[in-house]
Amino acid sequence: MKYLDEYRDPGLARLLLAEIARTASRRWTIMEICGGQTHSIMRNGIDQLLPDVIELVHGPGCPVCVTPLETIDRALAIASMQGVIFTSFGDMLRVPGSSDDLFTVRSRGGDVRMVYSPLEALALARRHPDREVVFFAVGFETTAPANAMAVRQAAREGIGNFSVLCSQVMVPPAMRAILSSSDNRVQGFLAAGHVCAVTGYAEYEPICREFLVPVVPTGFEPVDLLAGILKTVELLEEGRAEVVNRYGRVVSREGNPLAQETLARVFEVADRQWRGIGMIARSGLQLRPEFSRFDASLRFDVGHIRTGESPLCQSGLVLQGHLKPDACPVFGKECTPQHPLGATMVSSEGACSAYYRYHRNPDLT
Amino acid sequence: MNGPFSCPLPLLRHETVQMAHGAGGRLSQELTRQVFMPHFGNDFLDLLDDQAKLSLPSARTAFTTDTYVVSPYVFPGGTIGSLAVNGTVNDLAVGGARPLYLSAGFVLEEGFPLAALDRIVSSMAEAARKAEVLIVCGDTKVVQKGSCDGIFINTSGIGSLRDGVSLSCRNLQPGDRILLSGTAGDHGMSIMTAREGLSFQSGISSDCAPLNHMIAALLDAVPGIHAMRDPTRGGVAAVLNELAASSAAGIDIEERAVPVRAEVRGACELLGIDPLHVANEGKLIAAVPAADADAALDVMRSFGEGRDAAIIGSVCGDHPGMVVMHTAFGSRRIVDLPAGEQLPRIC
Repeated sequence: MKYLDEYRDPGLARLLLAEIARTASRRWTIMEICGGQTHSIMRNGIDQLLPDVIELVHGPGCPVCVTPLETIDRALAIASMQGVIFTSFGDMLRVPGSSDDLFTVRSRGGDVRMVYSPLEALALARRHPDREVVFFAVGFETTAPANAMAVRQAAREGIGNFSVLCSQVMVPPAMRAILSSSDNRVQGFLAAGHVCAVTGYAEYEPICREFLVPVVPTGFEPVDLLAGILKTVELLEEGRAEVVNRYGRVVSREGNPLAQETLARVFEVADRQWRGIGMIARSGLQLRPEFSRFDASLRFDVGHIRTGESPLCQSGLVLQGHLKPDACPVFGKECTPQHPLGATMVSSEGACSAYYRYHRNPDLT
Repeated sequence: MNGPFSCPLPLLRHETVQMAHGAGGRLSQELTRQVFMPHFGNDFLDLLDDQAKLSLPSARTAFTTDTYVVSPYVFPGGTIGSLAVNGTVNDLAVGGARPLYLSAGFVLEEGFPLAALDRIVSSMAEAARKAEVLIVCGDTKVVQKGSCDGIFINTSGIGSLRDGVSLSCRNLQPGDRILLSGTAGDHGMSIMTAREGLSFQSGISSDCAPLNHMIAALLDAVPGIHAMRDPTRGGVAAVLNELAASSAAGIDIEERAVPVRAEVRGACELLGIDPLHVANEGKLIAAVPAADADAALDVMRSFGEGRDAAIIGSVCGDHPGMVVMHTAFGSRRIVDLPAGEQLPRIC
């Protein structure tokens, strides 16, 4: 298949692996930011193929993982209300709150629907003017433009029965939080390709300078990932703290100005709670005051809902690269995808979930 | 009207299903005589008794039932009707039975278009003809609007078991080869892409088909097949995991050997779904002793529905109960059961 097979070419992958082995003269710890990259690494067993001196640690770039439990509980409360059509991407439907998930709410009579785009939710609002249609807007800079577009469109058309429950977060502040930690181990980053497609990679240049780390925007297929790892290792070996793009077919330095403009019109930067990590200043997006009428957390009375995390879960350490999923004492025991205790086990893109799914047998790692 | 010599019987007086169509009165009779009988009619059904009286050619009989709720009820490559016939035929056939007779129970929603019902019943009859089974008894209930989604169908089936075969998911032996009779994921992705709201066009057609003729030929040629299953809900991954768990054996699969249509792969990539987790409705997985594997593959490939058949892996003594994929890159990963609901109603 065009645009896919060439990035899954085993011969090319072997060449890149050999080049990585030749280039690395010492141990390097590299973090892939995005949960999609983690998933692809585990699915294709790239961690098994890399030389031992290259350690991949898995970053916080899974939107489902970092959505606070409290926000999920608020979503469940709204979805249970009479007259509400609650819409979400499929992977949020089975994420458990403190007692239920959205499937359970649906089985009790809640109108919960899976959509592929916030614009589909907006279309539902047009079709059902007598109902309140809520879209669960989670994600990084990748999903934010489409969510912004839906809100802007709703404002333009005067659609009063549409709102979004928003948990939008941004990558660079999370990278800064990880690098600022006193026990940080990360020496280089594979930046999340699709986030960079929207934002461009210029915003990583100050991070490189400030923290002296290389950042390599990288794609998701095995050859993309290996090319990104090779470039990161080369930069590390040469002591160059720079951004070098290895996802050129999708990412440019400037990104997508139209998406950025739409995003900036509708959202403003705000402090945001990250599940498993905690509060990161100026790390999230919230609706600007002129669009706050579309904010589901204000429209529905859910502000009183406060939830705490399981004390057993160490996902914060996993999300910051301090702990490997299978080194956690409750991994695969008290904590499984069926009964997740925290952030990184809940989503299929979470690091713990990827380990459980593809590598829970120690003989395979 | 088709001209001066058209049928003098009144056409159906309604365009949609009415509550009275299920009430046992005149409209019920009309539905039976004008929709079901013309398509299904046979010596057993034509008697219109409350039961079919059957004699079976073998001492041992296989009996199965399944209920079909697929949405949408018409999809590329089939309808809920052809699915209801083929699904039950295949459930009998993979157990080593020759499917003979089916029952058909319909739950219809008030207001369901009679033209759609006629199309579905016609596709059921066509599927039954292809599978060489007879629909010998049936039932129709109508429920109020909103109580079901258009149409649900239950079919039960009886088949006669052939002698000399012993198929069981507990029979896998190390060294057995795992055969898949064609491309993975066609049915599930055809439903997925036919679904409202998903705004991309695809040429994906369901693989919905009867497997009994291919299975009969397989068992004629290789009576020593250890296990057969049709990978419906949960896809190839679910069946392989069930076989591995039941036999306490490990299964190794070669990623490059698993046939997947390019358009199915593309749709799966877009939606983030593993084709091994997607349902099939006309595919067979067989565990075959290594010495017989090529013969079994030749038989599969001699049938249209088996032309893409492949040996996708083998049974091993390691990692009992676990299915392991060998990737094209030389790494390995677990092939797990799908987690929860992936798709809308697919069968």
